[in-house]
Amino acid sequence: MKALVPVKRVIDYNVKPRVKSDGSGVDLANVKMSMNPFDEISVEEAIRLKEAGKIEEIIAVSVGPAKAQETLRTALAMGADRAILIETDETVEPLAVAKLLQKVAEEEQPGLIILGKQAIDDDANQTGQMLAALMDRPQGTFANTVELDSDSVTVKREIDGGLETVKLQLPAIITTDLRLNEPRYASLPNIMKAKKKPLDTKTPADYGVNIAPRLTTTNVSEPPVRQAGEKVEDVDALVTKLKALGIA
Amino acid sequence: MDFALSEDQQAIREAILGLCAQFPEDYWLQKDRDAVFPEEFYRAVAQAGWLGIATPEEFGGSGLGITEAAVMMQAIAESGAGMSGASSIHMAVFSLQPVNLFGTPHQQQAILPPVADGTDRVCFAVTEPNTGLNTTELKTRAERHNGGYLINGEKIWISTAQTANKMLLLARTTPLEEVARKTDGLSLFYTDLDRSKIEVRLIHKMGRHAVDSNMLFIQDLWIPEDHRIGVEGQGFKQIIHGLNPERILIGAEAIGIGRAALQRAARYARERIVFNRPIGQNQGIQHPLAKCWAQLEAANLMVMKAATLFDKGEDCGIEANAGKYLAAESAFEACHTAMLTLGGMGYAQEYHVERLLREVMIPRTAPVSPHMILNYLAEKVFDLPKSY
Repeated sequence: MKALVPVKRVIDYNVKPRVKSDGSGVDLANVKMSMNPFDEISVEEAIRLKEAGKIEEIIAVSVGPAKAQETLRTALAMGADRAILIETDETVEPLAVAKLLQKVAEEEQPGLIILGKQAIDDDANQTGQMLAALMDRPQGTFANTVELDSDSVTVKREIDGGLETVKLQLPAIITTDLRLNEPRYASLPNIMKAKKKPLDTKTPADYGVNIAPRLTTTNVSEPPVRQAGEKVEDVDALVTKLKALGIA
Repeated sequence: MDFALSEDQQAIREAILGLCAQFPEDYWLQKDRDAVFPEEFYRAVAQAGWLGIATPEEFGGSGLGITEAAVMMQAIAESGAGMSGASSIHMAVFSLQPVNLFGTPHQQQAILPPVADGTDRVCFAVTEPNTGLNTTELKTRAERHNGGYLINGEKIWISTAQTANKMLLLARTTPLEEVARKTDGLSLFYTDLDRSKIEVRLIHKMGRHAVDSNMLFIQDLWIPEDHRIGVEGQGFKQIIHGLNPERILIGAEAIGIGRAALQRAARYARERIVFNRPIGQNQGIQHPLAKCWAQLEAANLMVMKAATLFDKGEDCGIEANAGKYLAAESAFEACHTAMLTLGGMGYAQEYHVERLLREVMIPRTAPVSPHMILNYLAEKVFDLPKSY
């Protein structure tokens, strides 16, 4: 069985994003970029399934600029077998990514597609669900635990206040949540091996997908600066305050 | 001229920083306080294959250059691990160059893989208490005896000898009076650190308490002949090959420490509010930090130039020495400035800059003092007469 793992190049989670002065978006010039952390979890999960002998091949795919090759190399260094870059410098919305992934999946016929539940740049949390809808495949989103059998996969999902277990017929789509696993760091020998693994470069046109954005971003602004708190004398004063605010 | 890290070097930097993130600065502070070897770190680095970064591929390594090793060691120091992290693996990463170059295929096969995978721990037994940097006057003797050699002598500043099971030893096989050139008559050995014949005595020192430094007292240690690396009497020339890479790595490590100190200082300067504003808003805080950064990054270019030259097989003695000098001096200034930026808190261990300041004294003095580097540069760059 093959696993398809989409990975996105995003602003590094350690970087404090700065909004461009004209409010048109986040300034990405000279900013450290990395693999979306939820996608790292997806790659890790696929590798563990492969190590358990349940998956034969892991294909990493990314949609983005030429530099997204680095992100794919990271996936290859972690343990993916080959990679596909669908290269474009345009802004690509979740629906366009889902349409492209659908085409890749039709070619590769993976038993499992494992996506991060969302990317930390736009926090859209849409691609996996849209892909499942486009392909008319079962989906297990926000995965906390994944158990793969030959024709089905059992996913424990993180939901408000607990876990929900769903059993999906393969082929299926999974989106990963934070607690599914702890991604590994690539070892040096694997970083070296990754350089020799195949990486195909395609364009959206190769798949006949129109990626023109459907949304226009009108303004991006910094979150409001946190206001100073109020100091109270003692517990009684605190309780009175909380009551006045309707909290307690 | 390309001043950027290659894609691979960038990948190495990021991967090793990722690994180091599992060992936060409090880990290093605790190891320093307890004076305990960072065993967990060493094992994690060994398991992920990093020790063999410069070991040839056929002997279990990755066969990369000294540039990549420098990028790695720098990232380790920069993560907050400082010299405690860098020195814990320095020997495995770098010291076996003479075996690479001069060992027999049999010796290489026997020696290199267990060091690259972390099984064997090596220390580098060269410097002696009574010779200092005048290496050709080493007093430790290796005399022919029973088809091998009998070793007697003392060594000093031997790092990791408390945990090492192997040592690379330089000893005199022909007395100084009997050799044609002062550089002749020394031989190199790779052998067991036999504690029944070698007393290892800890040196109490200023910093880097996690990685031990020692005196070695060697008495009647017998070494079989096939533990000698290369031709008898050529040991000095074999060691010389490792001097420039060592300066490059130490320089890169110093830069890492300097960066770590500046990061902590800048963070403190942003967050510390005095007189109703962050202290980092004052130019008296800003300018020293900015100046340190500029000097540190300029020094890094010299270190990386030396590394690039070395990997191309070109002469790099001048650049390696100048790079080590600039790196150590600017890193010291960075640590010193960082401490002043933190004011009184800079003196408290929990802010980590005092540890970095103590550790940066190592690349300042070792493996060669700034004075000797300036002598060397004056002689080599300006062709001035030797002053000593």
